[in-house]
Amino acid sequence: MITFDHVTKQYGKRKPLHDITYTFEQGKVYGILGPNGSGKSTMMKMIAGLVYPNEGAVLIEGKPVSRSIARNLAFLSTEGMLYNSFRVEQMIQFFQSQYPDFSMGKAGELLTFMELDRRQKVSELSKGEQGRLKLLLVLARKTDILLLDEPFIGLDPMVRETIVKGLVSFIDFGEQTVIITTHEITEIEPILEKALLLESGKVTASCNVEEVREEQGLSVLEWLKANVQKEELA
Amino acid sequence: MSTEFKTSKPIYGQIADRIIQQFVRGELRAGEKLPSVREMAIQSGVNPNTIQRTYGELERLGVVETKRGQGTFMTEKNEMKQKLRTDIQREMIQAFVNNMRQIGLSDEEIHDSVHECLKGGGES
Repeated sequence: MITFDHVTKQYGKRKPLHDITYTFEQGKVYGILGPNGSGKSTMMKMIAGLVYPNEGAVLIEGKPVSRSIARNLAFLSTEGMLYNSFRVEQMIQFFQSQYPDFSMGKAGELLTFMELDRRQKVSELSKGEQGRLKLLLVLARKTDILLLDEPFIGLDPMVRETIVKGLVSFIDFGEQTVIITTHEITEIEPILEKALLLESGKVTASCNVEEVREEQGLSVLEWLKANVQKEELA
Repeated sequence: MSTEFKTSKPIYGQIADRIIQQFVRGELRAGEKLPSVREMAIQSGVNPNTIQRTYGELERLGVVETKRGQGTFMTEKNEMKQKLRTDIQREMIQAFVNNMRQIGLSDEEIHDSVHECLKGGGES
């Protein structure tokens, strides 16, 4: 369980997060949706213990987040995950050396699934291949929490589909708490259980995905449009 | 290819509908084993919990049977297939009739135009 308890983050005058209270239950798949600059990445970094709140607390299993608690967590971030001079297999070996929960067996399966060449250099990979490699690196770990910050950004529809299939194949559903921030809602929607809408640093709406369809006849995208208060989504 | 889902209906129900249609069309045979929950989730690109719900719903309807430790199988009862076919048929006709009435056709006009369509070569 991950709990945000009246969390505020402030940089000078800017407040990327403003009095957020929300609980992520263990073993469920969440989508954090919202326009650019709404505070999605800041929330992710807080769960990962990379950014600390000015007010309030972020708790994992009741304990305040720290770098050591955050070891049991895999984080796909938008930047700084891959090293250009490394080959694919060196990236895999590097992750294995850093994380005891990294499974070489799973990495091997994922290499095949993601159609990556272990001899290729990171700098020579296309954007789509880099996206797939990043996903491989986090999915090959066995962690209670999996954070995916914009896993689809800049990827074409075919790659996005492969990534969704990869997620369905390799997420430990019911065990792992998965939190995905994204704009590309349509692809990801069928695997989400819950969605929350973040606007200007506040959670302005949240829903249970299948209930929204069942009771309101809306997809998450439509639900989102009905709930967005400020700007249109891209 | 993962499937596109309509927004108006829960995904678990849409997958259930698809399985029923495949059964009625004969693409899935009586007694045939369905993919495991995880496999089906991967094929459809959805959360495994959704498939769990689909199979649960189909079992409740008597369309599939879950055998402990073996998996989920299409029912072998012949009358079930017949019943499902009749259900789908009724549903489609009802939808068609509703549409026609909505654009202002009388029952007689609907009847005549269907008749004409059937006479004039049917499939198009």
